[in-house]
Amino acid sequence: MMDEIRVLSPTAILGYGFPVASFEEGLRREPHVIAVDGGSTDPGPYYLGSGNSFTQRQAVKRDLKLLIGAALERKIPLIIGTAGGSGARPHVEWAWEIVQEILTETRQKAATAVVFSDVPKAVVLDMIRQGRTAPCGPLEELTPEAVEDAVHLVAQMGVEPFIAALEEGADIVLAGRAYDPAAFAALPIMRGFDPGLALHMGKILECAAIAAVPGSGSDCLLGRLQRDSFILETLSPVRQCTPISVAAHTLYEKSDPYVLPGPGGTLDLRSTQFEGLPEGRVKVWGTKFVPTPKFTVKLEGARAVGFRTVSIAGVRDPIMIEQIDSILEGVRERVQDNFDELQDYFLQFRCYGKNGVMGDLEPTPNPGHELGIVIECVAETQEIANTICGFARSTLLHYGYPGRKSTAGNLAFPYSPSDFSAGAVFEFCVHHLMELDDSKGIFPMEWRVIE
Amino acid sequence: MRYVRDVAAVIRSKNAGPFELTFDLMFTDRQAYDEVRKNITPSKIAELYRIPVDDVLKIVHFEPALAVKITIVRPRASGALGETDVYGAQQHAPLFELTY
Repeated sequence: MMDEIRVLSPTAILGYGFPVASFEEGLRREPHVIAVDGGSTDPGPYYLGSGNSFTQRQAVKRDLKLLIGAALERKIPLIIGTAGGSGARPHVEWAWEIVQEILTETRQKAATAVVFSDVPKAVVLDMIRQGRTAPCGPLEELTPEAVEDAVHLVAQMGVEPFIAALEEGADIVLAGRAYDPAAFAALPIMRGFDPGLALHMGKILECAAIAAVPGSGSDCLLGRLQRDSFILETLSPVRQCTPISVAAHTLYEKSDPYVLPGPGGTLDLRSTQFEGLPEGRVKVWGTKFVPTPKFTVKLEGARAVGFRTVSIAGVRDPIMIEQIDSILEGVRERVQDNFDELQDYFLQFRCYGKNGVMGDLEPTPNPGHELGIVIECVAETQEIANTICGFARSTLLHYGYPGRKSTAGNLAFPYSPSDFSAGAVFEFCVHHLMELDDSKGIFPMEWRVIE
Repeated sequence: MRYVRDVAAVIRSKNAGPFELTFDLMFTDRQAYDEVRKNITPSKIAELYRIPVDDVLKIVHFEPALAVKITIVRPRASGALGETDVYGAQQHAPLFELTY
C-alpha cells in the first residue's frame, strides 16, 4: 500500500487559467492525478437554466489542452468535476466537444468516461411522494411543480461514480454536477486513503491557490495525502500556505466550518489541526468523515422566469435626487396606466449611490451627489420586456417633478442604444436533499473514444 | 466602545449556497478575537441588517482561523427577481459599524 498520494489542482475553475511555470512545478512533484473543478452555483441560476457555461470556450480549451497533454504523457488520470459550469447534459456535452477537439488536433488517444448527473424527474417525483426529500437551507419543501418546472435538474455526485470510472481505466473522467471535493478525493479513497482527510484536502484543492497568501483563483496547489494527515504546498514562489490561510478557507462559502455535509456523509472538522511547515506548506489532520445513515445527494434545478431588458442612466440634478423615490413611484404609476392590459411584468429601478448594492438591507440609504439608475423589466416575452423598460426610460427622461429646473431631460445615458435586451431569465427552484438507494445508480456513465 | 473594523483583519460576505448569506470576521490577534466574539450576538446582527432575529441562522466561532462566522437568510434566492448581488460579496459593509 502506498504511503503518499499527490493530487495536483491547476486552477479554481477550469477556464480561470494558471501559470505554466506553476503547473510544471506541480508536475515535477509527480502527481498521481490531476483534478479540476469546472463549476459552481455562485454565478447564479442563469447558467444551470440556460445550459450555457459561465466560462469562455477559448479559456477552457487553453486550460484543458495543457491538462490533457500532461496527464496523458504521464499516464495519470485527469478528473473534471461539474463540467461546463453547472454540470447538466448540455454543459457536459459542451466540455466534451472541447476535449474531443483537443484530442483530435493533438492526435492523442484517451479513454474518456463521461458521467452524467441529470436526474429523471420521475425519480424525484417518486421521492417526494415517499417523503424522501428535504430543503437544503432556509427554503420551502420540494414540490412536484418545482420539479416539473426545472429546465435542468442535476444531483451532486460523490466519489463513487468517479471511482467506478477510474476502476474501469478512464484516462479522462468528465463529470456532470459533482460535490466539489469529489473529483480530488476519488483516487485517494479508491486507493484506501482516509475519506475524511481525502475529502477535506479536496475541499481545499478545489479552489486551488485561493487558500494561499496571496490568494489566487488562477494558480496551482498541490496536496500530499498521507496515512494520517495531508500537506498543502504552493507551486509559485510568490505564494505560501499558512495555517490561518488554510483554516480560513474552510470558512469560505459555508455556513458552518465544523460540520460540512456532503453526499453520503458529513465532514467533521471539530478535531482538525493545522500546522505550518517550512517553505510555506501546511499540514492538516484530525478531520473525520462520518457517514450518514441514509445516502443523500443535493439536487439543483432552475426554472425559466421570462426575459429581461435593462436600461442604464445617471442622474446629477440635486433637485431630482432629493425626490428620487417619489419620482420613480410616479413613473411606475404612469407605466401601469399606459399598459393597463399588461399586468404580469416585473419592473424595478435600482438606484446606485443610494441602495443599489444592498437593497432593503442597506442601513444608510442616503443618496450621494449623483445616482446610477438601472431600469429593469422582466416579462413573459422579450418584446414586452423591451416595451415596458423602454417606456419607463422615456417616461423618466421627461418626467416633470415639483420644482424642476432642468426641463430638457432628467437622465444621462452612457450608451446609444440606451436599452439592452438581456435575454432569458432563470431562478433556482430546486435546492434540496434527496435520499438515494444506490450511490452510483443515478449517474450514468458513457465511454467516449476517438478513433 | 471600539469598532470591530479596527481590529479585524478580514470582514467579508459571500453566498453559502443560493439561499444563505454568510459573513466572516477574522482576526490576527487572539485577544481581539476573544473580546469581539463575546459581543457578536444574533440580536446585534439583526439590528444592523434590520432583519428578524430568526433570520440570523448561525454564529460560529472557528478557533483555527480566529474567525467568527455569521450566517443569515439571503433576502432572496441568488439571482431571483430583485437581486442586487448575485455572489453576495458586497453585503458586509454594515459590519464596519459593529462595536465591542
